Amino acid sequence: MARVVVDVMPKPEILDPQGQAVANALPRLGFDGITSVRQGKHFELEVAEDVDDATLAKIAETFLANPVIEDWVVRRVEA
Amino acid sequence: MRVGVITFPGTLDDVDAERAVRYAGGEAVKLWHADHDLKGVDAVIVPGGFSYGDYLRCGAIARFAPVMTEVVDAAKKGMPVLGICNGFQILCEAHLLPGALVRNHKLHFVCRDQWLKVENNSTAWTSRYDQGAEILVPLKSGEGGYQADQSTLDELEGEGRVVFRYVGENPNGSRNDIAGITSANGRVVGLMPHPEHAIDALTGPTDDGLGMFLSLVDSVVKA
Repeated sequence: MARVVVDVMPKPEILDPQGQAVANALPRLGFDGITSVRQGKHFELEVAEDVDDATLAKIAETFLANPVIEDWVVRRVEA
Repeated sequence: MRVGVITFPGTLDDVDAERAVRYAGGEAVKLWHADHDLKGVDAVIVPGGFSYGDYLRCGAIARFAPVMTEVVDAAKKGMPVLGICNGFQILCEAHLLPGALVRNHKLHFVCRDQWLKVENNSTAWTSRYDQGAEILVPLKSGEGGYQADQSTLDELEGEGRVVFRYVGENPNGSRNDIAGITSANGRVVGLMPHPEHAIDALTGPTDDGLGMFLSLVDSVVKA
């Protein structure tokens, strides 16, 4: 088995109200100097050794991310 | 005429959609997300709610339900399809309509009666309205902000494919105040507000939404 991580983030030009809400709360909690927060999704997949990169890319592009509003990165990591 | 109304796990507004079909003189046919056929219906409504709990993204999992394969095939052959709220999100995820719906810009779930302007009365679902008419129907959604890239927006605007636009304050940050759009052939329509909740003044703010279902009956009878 291999571990694959897929990170999905809203595209830079898409308004991210969730990230903004987090950023606005930080000064209230006493944390200064954070000028921007973007909130996305992090997926961890356990995959069989014979699942190739093209299949992983297709899973990310067609299902885990919506290319209209999101960017994504697929990477294999040490389990 | 027979109008299919799909129920996914988590759908809420299927019963109201079925009732709206009957008010307009059609026969409502229940379709289940796991169905592999459309039971010979003349049109399909994808109703509102929270299909599959809205996990991953609104509509993302519903798009892969067996019944949606049939809906996409039928839509490409010209069958009228209406997506309301979560149904609109599902039709976008299924690529029957362009763009995507994102979290409301102020983060709040919006629940109110909303004025809409009818921008296109030549679709299968809007022929009963006058061009430019303003209608009042409920809006209730947390992820209703319509987003698309600039070239898609230019195409929608240039081809008159914006069907409904919000009147007054934009409730969710939709680009160009877009509340609903249509496919290139005018047969598939998706909108965030809920016409099926405004078909009788006894139970809704108006009966302004009934026109969408009457329009459908007209379009199928003519076809």
